[in-house]
Amino acid sequence: MASLVIAGLVLVPVLALVWQAAHGSEGLWGHLASHVLPYALSQTAILMAGVGVLTAGIGTGVAWLVVAHDFPGRRVLEWALLLPLAVPTYIVAYAYLDMLHPLGPFQSAVRAALGYDNPRDFRLPDIRSMTGAILLLGLVLYPYVYLPVRAMFMTQAANLVEVAHTLGTTRRQILWRVALPLARPAIAVGTSLALMETLNDIGASEFLGVQSLTISVYTTWVTRSDLAGASQIALAMLLLVVALISLERWARRKQRYSVSAQRARSMARQPLAGFARWGALCVCLLPVLLGFVLPAAYLAIEAWKRFQFAGLSARLLTEARNTFILSALATVAVLVCGLVIAYAARIFPQRGMQIIHRVASLGYAMPGTILALGILIAAGGLDRWIGQTAKGLLGIDPGLVLIGSGLALGFAYLVRFLAISAGSVEAGLTRIPRSYDQSARTLGQGITGTLRHVHLPLSKAALAAAGLLVFVDCMKELSATLLLRPLNFETLATHLYGEAARGTYEEAAIAALAIVLVGIPAVILLARVGRDTAR
Amino acid sequence: MRLAPGILRAALAQAAILAGMGAAHAQELNLYTSREPGLVEPLLKAFTETTGIKVNTVFLKDGLAERVASEGESSPADLLMAVDAGNLADLVDKGLTQPVESDVLTSAIPENLRDPGNQWFALSMRARVVYAANDLDIDSITYEDLADPEWKGRICIRSGQHPYNTALFSAFMTHHDAAATEEWLTGLKANLARKAGGGDRDGAKDIGGGICDIAIANSYYVGLMQSGKGGDEQKAWGEAIKVILPTFEDGGTHVNISGAAVAKHAPNRNEAVQLLEYLVSDEAQKIYAEANYEYPVKSGAPIDPIIASFGELKVDPVPLTEIVKNRKEASELVDRVGFDH
Repeated sequence: MASLVIAGLVLVPVLALVWQAAHGSEGLWGHLASHVLPYALSQTAILMAGVGVLTAGIGTGVAWLVVAHDFPGRRVLEWALLLPLAVPTYIVAYAYLDMLHPLGPFQSAVRAALGYDNPRDFRLPDIRSMTGAILLLGLVLYPYVYLPVRAMFMTQAANLVEVAHTLGTTRRQILWRVALPLARPAIAVGTSLALMETLNDIGASEFLGVQSLTISVYTTWVTRSDLAGASQIALAMLLLVVALISLERWARRKQRYSVSAQRARSMARQPLAGFARWGALCVCLLPVLLGFVLPAAYLAIEAWKRFQFAGLSARLLTEARNTFILSALATVAVLVCGLVIAYAARIFPQRGMQIIHRVASLGYAMPGTILALGILIAAGGLDRWIGQTAKGLLGIDPGLVLIGSGLALGFAYLVRFLAISAGSVEAGLTRIPRSYDQSARTLGQGITGTLRHVHLPLSKAALAAAGLLVFVDCMKELSATLLLRPLNFETLATHLYGEAARGTYEEAAIAALAIVLVGIPAVILLARVGRDTAR
Repeated sequence: MRLAPGILRAALAQAAILAGMGAAHAQELNLYTSREPGLVEPLLKAFTETTGIKVNTVFLKDGLAERVASEGESSPADLLMAVDAGNLADLVDKGLTQPVESDVLTSAIPENLRDPGNQWFALSMRARVVYAANDLDIDSITYEDLADPEWKGRICIRSGQHPYNTALFSAFMTHHDAAATEEWLTGLKANLARKAGGGDRDGAKDIGGGICDIAIANSYYVGLMQSGKGGDEQKAWGEAIKVILPTFEDGGTHVNISGAAVAKHAPNRNEAVQLLEYLVSDEAQKIYAEANYEYPVKSGAPIDPIIASFGELKVDPVPLTEIVKNRKEASELVDRVGFDH
């Protein structure tokens, strides 16, 4: 029942968009079909395929290296591999654009080394290209795959891997025949999160000149002030995403993943020797360096320059506090709702519940601004109704109860990030054998008792991971925050955007660095929870 | 809820503002702006110092009209501030504004820079200009010239769908018919040195980086760069270029505006009008020119020396209200010629 309500809430903005989409915009699709869609669709497909392969490859590869092998630096890398999560994609895109520009430090050094002194005589290919976008997004988004896959390897693979080992299977065969099939749900969840982030990305695509579908939605809405048309494209995109996700689910419909988990323990790591030791180190180091260290160091340098030039703005502290409190509150709400949804889907495995679960994940599959617009329409309508009712009954005007208090914004975070928490919690629950539920129920525990004494303790890691992931995402969230926040309320991300929008990125470096700095402890914690519970 | 004091306090403050508890609260007003906070703040600060009226703000980028519309009659918005004549016209088209009859405004702002029904008023101007590499032998150019094959592979510009560009293309359509505009856009597209994208300042930076020889961009960025306000690095980009004020063959230089309108359901209408009138005062117009390097709308108001060094601005005489009528068609033309591909 509760999950029905939650799914209903998620549907509110979608329905608001459907309502919006139904209001006209004639002749749009003719124009789109002949001049926009062929290009935008192919660009989007290439981008998604590229980012999908890259994130799944990097995420799964390094997870396997880190979990099943021993090599120098492994313990640090295990959490450091999550660090790119702390940096919003648009910030990384900007940092690289600047570093790799013909006037930037990298090309200047290359020119100096080759003896050219003018960029007109020699310059490297522009990063502002599809290849650039794929590489960049892949390097920033792979932790979405690494995180669940590592958890899966750590808590589940141990027994099976050891059994396979005893049976004489080689290490390589174990990876391909045991570990990977086992990790498939986790890879699927992670990759689909990364792909949805890609699909929603607007900042990085804009910087890098990739004409994705999302850009078409924006153009239709902003440049042509055609919200109805934009809603139509957004809904079409949504259908596409739902189709893709269903396809993946359907492909593994017959598989069950509840492995016996009497003792979730980490597997015996194979020490690597010689060349392999350093090879593994380099392979794991590369994504951390490119996805986090370089852009973060660049930010730190820029922020320092800025600090010396203009000092620290007092607003920054207030903004950091706003960001933290808002994200923390939203995270709690998202987590609770995610748990309700995922748990209901487990105890009532009927079709209806599965559909509710899917519906609850819709928010993540839409461009953030479009979703926020849906919420704005709904919340504004409700606010007007509350206002009129209160005026009629009590004679006072309460103003905008939902938008004015920030509730509408909190709701936006809920709708947007429910997919992360529901997905991660579900992935965690799948690993608990159903026989546990049955035993608990036989022993007289009710549904909530089973949840409290069996599922919660066993999926603590998944819950904590989901919570931290949501927290970091809330902190980075920009489009809904921009559209729905109350008067005089700024977060780090909105400050950053305010500066970036007028092209004064240098002013924004400090705010950007602050987002990264607040994100790092969360990310480190994230790695910790995963490891501790696996021990 | 222990974690919530900040938000709660903000919420309560908000509720108090919105409840509009009698005349005691009349000395403030709520500004919804799609202009970046850094640009508006100096003006608001000066306004509050002069009048004692507090300004609460929310900076919204692309959803200003949608937000005000969905808040409806309960909206606390008093003044709506936006960049680009098209965005202001949108607010009027959606019925979110109200007319203001004020001699202060009509005498300060030339007729072609305000809504004929006094729904919106321009507060500052910027020209869409050409940045050229310093060593390039060129001192005048027309917008039409930009499609000439002599520039093949030499021009940088941001996305054709950006309002600054669609406004320029719309203005082109007031001088030429749709077919000629499409042909011009195709030519311009063929002349691009790289994909259309990035921001206006990237134009200057890419000229410095040897990617292009000229770029199409807004005038005020040059002030921000050359003044050194953005740091030494940007100063170098700014100094690598010179600015040419292009014109249409049969007209002047294309300008766009930033402006404001009083919201239809403004709870503090008087204060909103006061702010509007303040923004065209000599003092505020000077801030626009000095802090933001924009052209003031009030005739006789001083122009920043960097901006003045571009030469005399001859504003294209076609009224903005005519230009904005073409913006949808211009945007579709951008798609049609694959400008951003």
